[in-house]
Amino acid sequence: MSKAHIALIINGRPIEALVEPRTLLVHFLREELSLTGAHIGCETGHCGACTVDMDGRSVKSCTILAVQADQASVMTIEGVAAADGTLHVLQESFRQMHGLQCGYCTPGMIVRAYRLLQENPDPNDAEIRMGIAGNLCRCTGYQNIVKAIRHAADTLAAQPRILEAAE
Amino acid sequence: MIPGKFGYHRPQSVAEAVGLLASLGSEARALAGGHSLIPLMKLRMAQPEHLVDLRRVTALKGIRREGADLVIGAMTTQAELIASALLADLLPLLPETCRTIADPQIRNVSTIGGNVANGDPGNDLPAVMQCLGASFILDKTGGQRSVAARDFYLGPYTTALAEGELLTGVRIPIPPAGHGAAYEKLKRKVGDYATAAAAVVLTMTGGRCTTAAIALTNLGGTPLMVDQAAAAIVGTALDQASLDRAAAAASAVSDPAEDARGSVEYRRHVAGVMTRRAILRAAAHANQRSI
Repeated sequence: MSKAHIALIINGRPIEALVEPRTLLVHFLREELSLTGAHIGCETGHCGACTVDMDGRSVKSCTILAVQADQASVMTIEGVAAADGTLHVLQESFRQMHGLQCGYCTPGMIVRAYRLLQENPDPNDAEIRMGIAGNLCRCTGYQNIVKAIRHAADTLAAQPRILEAAE
Repeated sequence: MIPGKFGYHRPQSVAEAVGLLASLGSEARALAGGHSLIPLMKLRMAQPEHLVDLRRVTALKGIRREGADLVIGAMTTQAELIASALLADLLPLLPETCRTIADPQIRNVSTIGGNVANGDPGNDLPAVMQCLGASFILDKTGGQRSVAARDFYLGPYTTALAEGELLTGVRIPIPPAGHGAAYEKLKRKVGDYATAAAAVVLTMTGGRCTTAAIALTNLGGTPLMVDQAAAAIVGTALDQASLDRAAAAASAVSDPAEDARGSVEYRRHVAGVMTRRAILRAAAHANQRSI
C-alpha cells in the first residue's frame, strides 16, 4: 500500500508530506507535526476535542483522513493566538469567565467557538449551545463556556478587527 | 484507533470513479464524507481493501432544479442542504431533517449521498426520501439507472446498489405548493440517532387531508413506509380517532431492537407518538403555507 502525497496549509504554513492513507488527520497533526493542541478524546467522532478548522469549517480531525485534507487550509488551536503569543479574545474570555476546568476539551471548544462567531457574530445562549453541540465537556456543565463565548462575542463586537487579524 | 490498511484512489470524475469501483471489485468502497465508514474502519468492522475518495469529483456537488424535480449531487453536505435558499423555499423538510443529524462539525462533512447510500437504519434521510417519493441515481461504467427510495433498502446495510455502481445523486419531485411536512425525531441528546422518528408529507384541502405519506426511522432494519397510517388520515379532518389509528398503525409496523435507547415496547410506543406529532405539525405547516 503506497503512501500518498499531500500538500496543505496548516496555521498559515505550507506543509507537504507522504502519509499512509489510513493516517487520521489528528495523528498527522500530533505525531508528524508535533501540533498536540488538537486532543484525542473519544476517538469516535462524539466529543469534539479534536476539532480543527478546515477550509473555513469546523471538523473533527479524528474522523478525517489526512489524505482528505489534501489541498486544504487547516487551522488548529496553535494558530489561534497571535504570533507574538498574545491570546485571542476567545482564549482570554475562556480564562476570564472560567470556561475550563481540566482543559481537555478547551482546544476543540475554542476552535469551534472561533468558527461559530464567524458564522454568527452575535449568538444568543441557545445558539451558542447548539453551535457547540459537537463538543463535550465533562467538567463545567457548559455554563461558563457559554458565558466565555458570549463575552468574546461582546468584546469582538466592540473591536471588530481583532478576529480578522488572526486569519 | 486507526483504520486497517487500504489502497487510496482519488478520481477527478464520475467516469473515473465508477471505472475504479468496477476494476477494484467488491473490496472497494466509495468514500464520501466518511463519517459512517471511517468510524467502522477504526473499529475494524469494515476493512475495505480500497477507498475511492470522491472529494475531487466536483460534478457530484450542488442542488439544482430540473423542471418539476430537485436534483441533489451525492457529495452535497448536510450543512449545504441546511444553508440552501432553494430548499428553504421548495423543500424545507430536508434542511429541517438535517438539523436533527449529528452536530455542526459532522454536518460540515457528511453528505446526502453517504447518508442515503450506506443503508444504516439509524440514518434519518432514507425515510424522508421515501416519504418524498425520491429516487436515487446510480451510475456505473457504461450506464445509469434510477431506483426509487422505496425500493432501495433491503435490510440493515443492504441496498439495491450493485457492485461497481455509485450513487451519484438524488432526484426529488418538488411537493405541491401548500404541502405540509415534518420530521419528528425523539433522541436522548442532540446529535443522537433516533429512538424513534417519523417523517410526514401531506396536503390539506378545506381542512381535510387529501394526500399523505408517512415513514419511520430506526424502527426496523430499513426505513418503514407506513401506508396504513397514511390511509388512516387521508380524507379526514385529522380528528382524534384518525390520529389514534395512524399512531397505532405506526406502532404495529415498528420492529425495533432493544438497545440503550429503550425497550422494544417503549420504542414502538414512541413510534406512534412521533407519528401523531409529525402529522399535526405537517398539517399546521400546510395550513400556514396555503394562507
